[in-house]
Amino acid sequence: MTYRLGIDVGGTNTDAVILDGYGGVRAKCKEPTTEDVSTGINLAVQRVLREASVHPSSIGDAMLGTTHATNAIIERRGLSRVGVLRLASPSGHAVPPFLEWPADMLEAVGNDFRIVRGGYEYNGSVISAPDRDEIRRCLEDLRRQGAEALAVSCVFSPVNREQEARVHELAAECLGPGFPVTLSSEIGSIGLVERENAAILNAAIRTLAERAYGAFEHVLEAHGIQADLFITQNDGTLMSIDYAKRYPVLTVASGPTNSLRGAAHLSGIQEGVVVDVGGTTTDVGILKSGFPRESASSVEMGGVRTNFRMPDLIAVGLGGGSVVDLSGDTPRVGPRSVGYRLPVESRVFGGDTLTATDVAVAAGRLALGDPSRVRDLDPEAVSGAMRVIRSMIEEAVDRMKTSSGDVPVIVVGGGSVLVPDDLQGASEVVKPEHYEVANAMGAAIAQVSGGVDGVFDVAAKGREQVLHEVKEAARAEAVRAGAAQETVAIVEVEEIPLAYLPSNAVRFRVKAAGDLRRTS
Amino acid sequence: MNRIDERTVDCIAVGAAVLGSGGGGDPYIGKLMARQAVRENGPVRLMTVEEVPDDELVIPSAMMGAPAVMLEKFPNGSEPELAFRALERHLDRRAYGVIPIEAGGLNSCIPIYTAARLGLPLIDADGMGRAFPELQMVTFSVAGIPSTPMVLCDEKGNLMILETVTNEWSEVLARTATVAMGLSSMLSLYCVEGRSLKQCAVRGTLSLAAEIGKGILHSNRSEEDPVDSVLRVTRGVRLVTGKIVDVARDLTTGFVRGRVRIEGLDEDQGAVFELDFQNENLVARRDGRPAALTPDLITVLDRETAVPITTEGLRYGQRVVVVGMPCDPFWRTEAGLEHVGPRYFGYDLDYTPVEALAGGRES
Repeated sequence: MTYRLGIDVGGTNTDAVILDGYGGVRAKCKEPTTEDVSTGINLAVQRVLREASVHPSSIGDAMLGTTHATNAIIERRGLSRVGVLRLASPSGHAVPPFLEWPADMLEAVGNDFRIVRGGYEYNGSVISAPDRDEIRRCLEDLRRQGAEALAVSCVFSPVNREQEARVHELAAECLGPGFPVTLSSEIGSIGLVERENAAILNAAIRTLAERAYGAFEHVLEAHGIQADLFITQNDGTLMSIDYAKRYPVLTVASGPTNSLRGAAHLSGIQEGVVVDVGGTTTDVGILKSGFPRESASSVEMGGVRTNFRMPDLIAVGLGGGSVVDLSGDTPRVGPRSVGYRLPVESRVFGGDTLTATDVAVAAGRLALGDPSRVRDLDPEAVSGAMRVIRSMIEEAVDRMKTSSGDVPVIVVGGGSVLVPDDLQGASEVVKPEHYEVANAMGAAIAQVSGGVDGVFDVAAKGREQVLHEVKEAARAEAVRAGAAQETVAIVEVEEIPLAYLPSNAVRFRVKAAGDLRRTS
Repeated sequence: MNRIDERTVDCIAVGAAVLGSGGGGDPYIGKLMARQAVRENGPVRLMTVEEVPDDELVIPSAMMGAPAVMLEKFPNGSEPELAFRALERHLDRRAYGVIPIEAGGLNSCIPIYTAARLGLPLIDADGMGRAFPELQMVTFSVAGIPSTPMVLCDEKGNLMILETVTNEWSEVLARTATVAMGLSSMLSLYCVEGRSLKQCAVRGTLSLAAEIGKGILHSNRSEEDPVDSVLRVTRGVRLVTGKIVDVARDLTTGFVRGRVRIEGLDEDQGAVFELDFQNENLVARRDGRPAALTPDLITVLDRETAVPITTEGLRYGQRVVVVGMPCDPFWRTEAGLEHVGPRYFGYDLDYTPVEALAGGRES
């Protein structure tokens, strides 16, 4: 039997699971995350291998989810200087690259860009033909000014990637094949400011990501694991580790995505709401075809506006460590939390702070610590606080739903006991086994995806035919990314009508995903 | 208010989205352009309609096309000046100032950019007081002012001068050219002398947008609830506080057309509210009876922050307040209603002002 190893490096814990060939949990563990990341991974791998008692050589695939890239951007740590080449002229000059970036971010990555001839209209026709000599000259200029990495953007490149791809070739010629190049069409969707920003951030963290993922490879190697290595990305699907080294920015939201995907797998539910209760916050997301629904609005990352494919989440200030105040007329829960100090500061563990966990113990929802330390609480007030917690969760669930019917609610995460067994708006409340390692599970079971996003004219061929072609293109993308052809299915279709368009232009966003293709 | 600086631009962009009545396009790119132009050229001088001499000419500056396309293909930056100067050349007259034609949405910010770059004063007024989908839906048009001669230009430097027999023809021809230009173009049109401007301008709309936006963006520094501040500034009516329970979009026509259902919350518990939109919000009904009708402004605000939600951004589950705001008196005349009243948009409903409908409900 070959096994899968899933690892999730979070802010507090590094989780690991080993799954058998049928997706069942063979072993799981939690270790504290370490400053250098790789020590924590090393300890988790060591322990989970021991507990599973499987030979390292029988691990066929290893999947890693990590927030390493996210932290580098937020802390402006270890970033490269980036040169930007935008294919747009004569359009695009009114809103140049790096506009409205935070000053400390500009200091870290520089403010060097060139806007050159190129770009496409919404329908794929060319704004102006790119000029190879102009591009060469600009590339060499940017390097002379100190660029260590290149970000390439192009108007409507999600509709046609060709011009960006051509710049990639030219960059390899004149800057050398080793010079890091990021293409915006590989990263983001429609919205040039956001897509270009994402490409710049990606270019800035490439060197750093190469080192981090290299360390992961070394840890596994040291344990004698010779598996294919994958990194999970924002949409819950996999990238090969080599691709991840080139596009690390695609991992920035993989944490919450992995827990949503893990919840889908553990519960067997493909359509429903997931409530992930942590120590300080509860993330509520929604599953469509087993994948998180993506956010439609822009997401800021380190003060920079982007349009990463992020799961649509509502974060509520409620967790196991939330501070509870029973003194007023209505009990108050959170958003302040004792966080990781829960085992010291909460009442049941001998502390003085009343937390949501204490209230749950007092209400008899769980046995933890010393229950006598919460026996003095007024039962009325305790049930009042539990009602507040219930309504906080019910409101968040309701806001995530896309229609008024009842939906299944899956509860995961360490603070799951706070969630009542029945909720308004829920057809059922499911707390699956292994709920506490849903993140690492999500990493271990991740699939491979491909997508198409663009504005299409449906007047000539008709909407049905165009949508059919877009779906086929998305399937082909998934296969190109490494999915097994026969398992590929369309997992998301979004149709966005554009206002004030007299022609029948519609924006389609379609995603296909499938199981990892076996190489052997 | 007599000048527009960078911070005022931010306020105007948010306030303009409120005046967009659900449409008008995301002002984001326009805001970036206007901020940058003000940063480079200094604040823009704002002038009242009354300050424009009777025999001086002012020229509106606007964008036509799909605002969503502009999120990808930005202007070159020279188009608004190019169109403006070309119209001046064609008329063989120098303009005294720049004026917005549409205060709602993206087109609130473009004229700030144009005025900053040209170093001309900007007139604190427009031709709608809100957003409308078509070029002839302008008070200037109702007052008999021709939209042409008009100049359209694109980012490539293509430029057209249009002379038409009616403003409806201008809409058809300019729209067709705009599609060929890649779904966005910059216009100068409806040039008007101070004398005529005083007959038909919707006054004070930029300072109104700025004040609305200030109340929303700076609500954390104020005691006043941001929704209340919008209502006070616009003399608007709270039509319902509730939760969106259904958004039905009709995608067959290529337009953003649809209906939203909202269930009342708090003091509106039990109320059933429906909102019809077609690019902009057009008709609001509460328990089956009209609560607000075009051309009055109907805007959906986030219940907590009062940030406006466009028709494209409406989603199930959003907690919202729907506000109805009186349109400019000009639109309430017989001629005005003929252009933009409920019947123009295909509704068999007689127009009643939003404040009268609200009064009827309370009594």
